[in-house]
Amino acid sequence: MTAETVRTEHEKGLTMTTSTTPETVTSSELLSVVASRELAARRTVFAGIGLPTLATELAHLTVAPQIEVVYESGVCGAHPSHLPETIADAVLITGAEAVLSMPTLFGSVLQGGHIDVGFLGAAQIDRWGNLNTSVIGDWENPSVRLPGSGGAVEVMANSREVFVVMRRHNPRSFTETLDFCTTPGPDRALDEGIRPLGVGVTRVITELGILSREGVGEELRLTAVHPGVTVEQVKESTGWDLQVADRVGTVEPPTAAELRLLREDVDPGRVYLR
Amino acid sequence: MKAVEPISPVSHVSPVSPKVMSMQEAIATFVRDGATVSIEGFTHLVPTAAGHEIIRQGLKDLTVVRMTADIVVDQMIAGGCVSRLVSSFVGNSSAGSLGELRRRIEHADPAPLTFEEYSHYGLICRYLAGAQRLPFYPLRSYGGSDLPGINGALRKVTSPYPGPDGEPEQIYVVPPVNPDVTIIHAQRADRRGNTQIWGLTGIQAEAVYAAKKAIVVVEELVEDEVVRSDPNRTLVPAHAVDAVVVCPRGAHPSFAQGYYDRDNAFYRAWSHISKDPERLREWLAEWVYGTADHTEYTAKLGEEFWAGLAVGEALSEPVNYGRRL
Repeated sequence: MTAETVRTEHEKGLTMTTSTTPETVTSSELLSVVASRELAARRTVFAGIGLPTLATELAHLTVAPQIEVVYESGVCGAHPSHLPETIADAVLITGAEAVLSMPTLFGSVLQGGHIDVGFLGAAQIDRWGNLNTSVIGDWENPSVRLPGSGGAVEVMANSREVFVVMRRHNPRSFTETLDFCTTPGPDRALDEGIRPLGVGVTRVITELGILSREGVGEELRLTAVHPGVTVEQVKESTGWDLQVADRVGTVEPPTAAELRLLREDVDPGRVYLR
Repeated sequence: MKAVEPISPVSHVSPVSPKVMSMQEAIATFVRDGATVSIEGFTHLVPTAAGHEIIRQGLKDLTVVRMTADIVVDQMIAGGCVSRLVSSFVGNSSAGSLGELRRRIEHADPAPLTFEEYSHYGLICRYLAGAQRLPFYPLRSYGGSDLPGINGALRKVTSPYPGPDGEPEQIYVVPPVNPDVTIIHAQRADRRGNTQIWGLTGIQAEAVYAAKKAIVVVEELVEDEVVRSDPNRTLVPAHAVDAVVVCPRGAHPSFAQGYYDRDNAFYRAWSHISKDPERLREWLAEWVYGTADHTEYTAKLGEEFWAGLAVGEALSEPVNYGRRL
C-alpha cells in the first residue's frame, strides 16, 4: 500500500484502522479477500465472473502484481475500463492483450498446461474435491437442473491446481456422496487409468474457513477458521467426517487496506459485492 | 491500383449476390422440421433474430446444438421448436435460470426435452471433428466423470502410441457433429459471404465448417474492398457460406463488439419472465409472434432504448499489408 492510495474520508466512514470487526464485512468481501491472499506467487489464473474476478483483481493490487487472468470467453490480459458484468463483457475485449478462439483457449492454453490456478464453484463438493454442477437429484429426473460443466471439467483436469469458492458451507453442499459427479478430481480420473495434468482442488474457501488439500490421494482437511468459528462448527457443517489439520490457524480478518481496495478500486459500483 | 470506393450503405451494394436474402427466406430455405441446427456465438454475437424467425415459422422437432444454451434457446424451446438439445452449459449467463428449459427437464412440463450434456471442450472437439470430417476427436477430459454414464457418445479408447511412461494411454474421444445448418451472427460480410468478426470469435468458424449449410447474419453488408482491405479479419470465407442475411441489432440482447452493448437488464429480466409460463407465453406473443420481423422488433424497442446500448469509438491501429512496388 502506498500513501497516495489512502483515502482518509472513507476510512473515517468505516471507522477502521488496521483491521475491522466481522460485522462490517460482507460474506462476498470476506471470501474475495481470503481467496486473493491464496493467489500469492501464482501467475496465470483461469477465472469466471463474480467472486473469482474480485479475488484476482484484488490479488493483482496486493500479493500478486504479476497475475494474468485468462477468461473463459478467450480474453487474455484484459484491461477493462469498468468492472466486467460477464466473462464476455465488451469492456474486457477493448484494450485487451489477446482474444483467443475456443479451440485455442481450451485446446492449447488449458489442455496445453498454461494455467496455474483455475477457479471453480459448485453446488456440491465431496472430500476429494470432486464437483457437481449438473443436477440435484437423479440426472434423468432431477429436482433441480443446474447449468452443467461449462469449462469446469477441463479447468479441473488441466490447471495445475484449483481453488473452489463456496458461498454456503452446509452438509447439503459439502456432501459425502455427490448426486452427480460433473467435474472429477484427479483421484477419480486415476481410478479410470487417466492421468490429469494438475493435482485438483487445493483450496476450498468458505464463510467458515479454509479446507486444503496438497495433492493426489489426499482428502480435504480443515486448515483455518475465521475468527469466532470453531472447529466443531465446521465439522458439523460438513457432510462427511472432516479431517482436521494438527494446527488449525485463524484467518486474519480483511484489513482496512484490502477492504478499501475492494470497495473503491475493484468494485466501486458494487456489482458483485453484496 | 484500384482505389477503394467509399463504403456504401447496404441498399447500394451491388450487384446483389444470390446469397443475400431476407431472414424469412434464409430460414425457410435452410431450416427444415427435424433438422439439426447449430446456433453459435459465445455470449457475443448470439443469433437471436434468427432464433425468433425459427419460432415465427413454427419449425418443429429441431435438434439444437449450442455450447452455451441461453435465452434464445429457452425461447425456441418455449416456441415448441426444439425436441433435443446438445449443450455444455444450460443457464442464463450469470443472471439466473432458464425457466422453460428447467420445466421441461425437471417436470417434462409441458413436454419432455432430450438433453445431451457435454463440457465446453467436449462440444468444441465435436465441432472440430465435424469440421475436419474425422471419426472422433480426443481430449484429456471426462476421466472419472459421471458424464460418460449418461452420455454414450463419450467413449474411451487406447492410444495407438505409448504414453509418457511408455505404457498404452487411455483417452476419451467425442464423435463429430455435422449440423444440417449452422447459424452465426457477425459484424459484417461482403455479398458473397466473406465474413468478418472481431472481439470474441468463439467457435463460429468451426461450427460453420462442420455444417452442411451455413447462414451468416450480419450487422452490415459491405463492399468487397472493405473486406479485402483486412483479409486477416475474415473468420469465415465465402466458400463456406450459403446465405447472408442483413439484420442490424440482430444479436440483442447479446452484443456486437463496436456496434451495441449487451442488454444486461434483459438478461436479468429473463429469469423472471421465463419462470412464469404465462408471462413467457405473453412475452413471445408480444415480441416474437407480434412482430413481423426483426426490423419491427428493434423499432418496437425504440431509439431511446437503443441509445442506452450505444458504444463509443475505440479504433484499432491500421496495419500495413504492403504492396509490391
